[in-house]
Amino acid sequence: MTVQSETPFQEFWRLFKTDRLALTGLIILILLIIAAIAGKVLTEWFVIFDPSTVRLVDKFLPPLSSASEYLPIGDMPKFGIYLLGTDELGRDVFARMLQGSFVSLSIGFVAVGLSTFIGILFGGLAGYYGNVRLGVMTVDTLIMRFTDIMLCFPTFFLILTVVALLPPSIYNIMIVIGLTSWMGTTRFVRAEFLSLREQDFVIAAKSLGLPARTIIFRHMLPNAMAPVLISAIIGVATAILTESGLSFLGFGVQPPYATWGNILADGRSFIFDAPWLFYLPGIAILVVVLAFNLVGEGMQEAMNPKLRKNS
Amino acid sequence: MWSYIFRNLLQRVVLLFIVSVIAHSIVLLAPGEPSEVDPSNPRMQPEDIAKIRAAFHLDDPIHLQYYYWMRDLMTGELKSFKDSQPVLPKIWDRFLNSLPLFMCATLLVWMLAFPAGIQAAIRRGSAYDRGSTFIAYTLISVPGFFLSYIMILWVVDWFGVPVIGMRTFGMEDASPLYQNMDKIWHLVVPSIMSAIAGIAILSRYVRSQMLEVISQDYVRTARAKGLDEDTVIYHHALRNALLPFVTLFGFLLPGLIGGSVIFEYIFAWPGLGRLGYEAILSRDFPVILTINFIAAALTLAGTFLSDILYAVVDPRIRLE
Repeated sequence: MTVQSETPFQEFWRLFKTDRLALTGLIILILLIIAAIAGKVLTEWFVIFDPSTVRLVDKFLPPLSSASEYLPIGDMPKFGIYLLGTDELGRDVFARMLQGSFVSLSIGFVAVGLSTFIGILFGGLAGYYGNVRLGVMTVDTLIMRFTDIMLCFPTFFLILTVVALLPPSIYNIMIVIGLTSWMGTTRFVRAEFLSLREQDFVIAAKSLGLPARTIIFRHMLPNAMAPVLISAIIGVATAILTESGLSFLGFGVQPPYATWGNILADGRSFIFDAPWLFYLPGIAILVVVLAFNLVGEGMQEAMNPKLRKNS
Repeated sequence: MWSYIFRNLLQRVVLLFIVSVIAHSIVLLAPGEPSEVDPSNPRMQPEDIAKIRAAFHLDDPIHLQYYYWMRDLMTGELKSFKDSQPVLPKIWDRFLNSLPLFMCATLLVWMLAFPAGIQAAIRRGSAYDRGSTFIAYTLISVPGFFLSYIMILWVVDWFGVPVIGMRTFGMEDASPLYQNMDKIWHLVVPSIMSAIAGIAILSRYVRSQMLEVISQDYVRTARAKGLDEDTVIYHHALRNALLPFVTLFGFLLPGLIGGSVIFEYIFAWPGLGRLGYEAILSRDFPVILTINFIAAALTLAGTFLSDILYAVVDPRIRLE
């Protein structure tokens, strides 16, 4: 057996795929991304599943029931059946879930993209330029004290306050969730940078006279990416949950956008009459968030050298 | 030691001041104010709005508004915009309501998370470990209110007890035993619901912390010495694994307010989170700001205590 023939990625993959839960999670995530893209394409660009048609004759139909014959031809759902039933306005729940998968996922990705960007920026600055003095305090002190300040806010309450005060918009929700969840990433990146800064290859790069930009982005950041990536994946899960919590309190994404969170939040009023409006989005959120968490956990186990040697 | 404590306290007071300034700016600079809660109300004349704005100092520059808020807060004369009640007694009442819920939930979290996490770490890779990992992640991933609704339906159907609110109305004539049973039922369900995510997350931390410690050399030495497994795990490993949780303790406090909003809303629990939610709905700035301020102060106090405790329990740490 050749020892050093596999690349780090191959090694990671070999360990990752032994974890069945994480592998299942990954498959679910791939299906979800396909569903989200399909949702965007099929409900907005080529409207095959129309999420916004209101059909008052077909209210509260259970899943798999066929459409009433009194509907105008244009309002007919695809194939004449409602795969996941209809809601209180006779809208096709399947079409709404499909549309919502894209919106929910994009909230997660944009919010986490933002928080990861801020986290890497602050963490990198604090870790690399930590000793530079700005007036009375060092860059490190400044950034880490600011991180401490942000950690003092009760996050969900802060998000709720800001979202309630701002005009309701999907972008505000993404930005607010992103701006209030970067502290963990900052701490990870800073800690990684502090230990990387003393390593031989970084000192070598410095003594070669490479510009700081190259050292940070080419040499240090790739080595600090593992924990960032894992916390980003778990962050997407948290953002989706936060959005559903906001929707539940009435501050979530407003119509006409459907998200799984607001379908679930609306569905709770009909928990006895139309249980599918409540259980379907709830279980969908559970499965997807679980998949994100399991993939994050699997990556962590596969990348952790300490745990690796025991297995 | 004392100079460390003093400097640390001073630092935290400065932090608290900055937090309060940031909170104040966020709330005041965001669009939407108390005078605009009901813009469609035809009885609201422009003069009335002007009167409201003047009464709440909303026309003054922002630093002056901050000064008024701080002055009123410190003298205890801060009044709610919504009902002109003093803010501090109002918050105190709600805080007393939230306290049993918070204590019950915290107790559940710490009592259940540690055994679950330790067992998972000791039996790493076993069916128990994989099962508890999966359950823990399921509980982290489920939207809290979704699970709460299912739980309410189940408890009400199965046990036939009401769980909404702090107690059942109309029970005043019942014997104290029944009254107390009723209160306990009302307390247990929301406590479990708000504890669930905490149990799941904390047990994962405990597990990874235990795994880290178990692979250390001193644990191997203890085993090589011929100590029995229980002594190795509970005496040598666990005590070292517990250390980082002292710091976690400080971050629990803001959960008292932030995490409780949804659960207090679902269970109609007249606590602090619900007060905050109602204040947000009516743009009741003094209440929102004061709750934020208290939460930040509690967090800072909590992390301060953690720092001190850490030095007390870990002799390797010297506070300089």
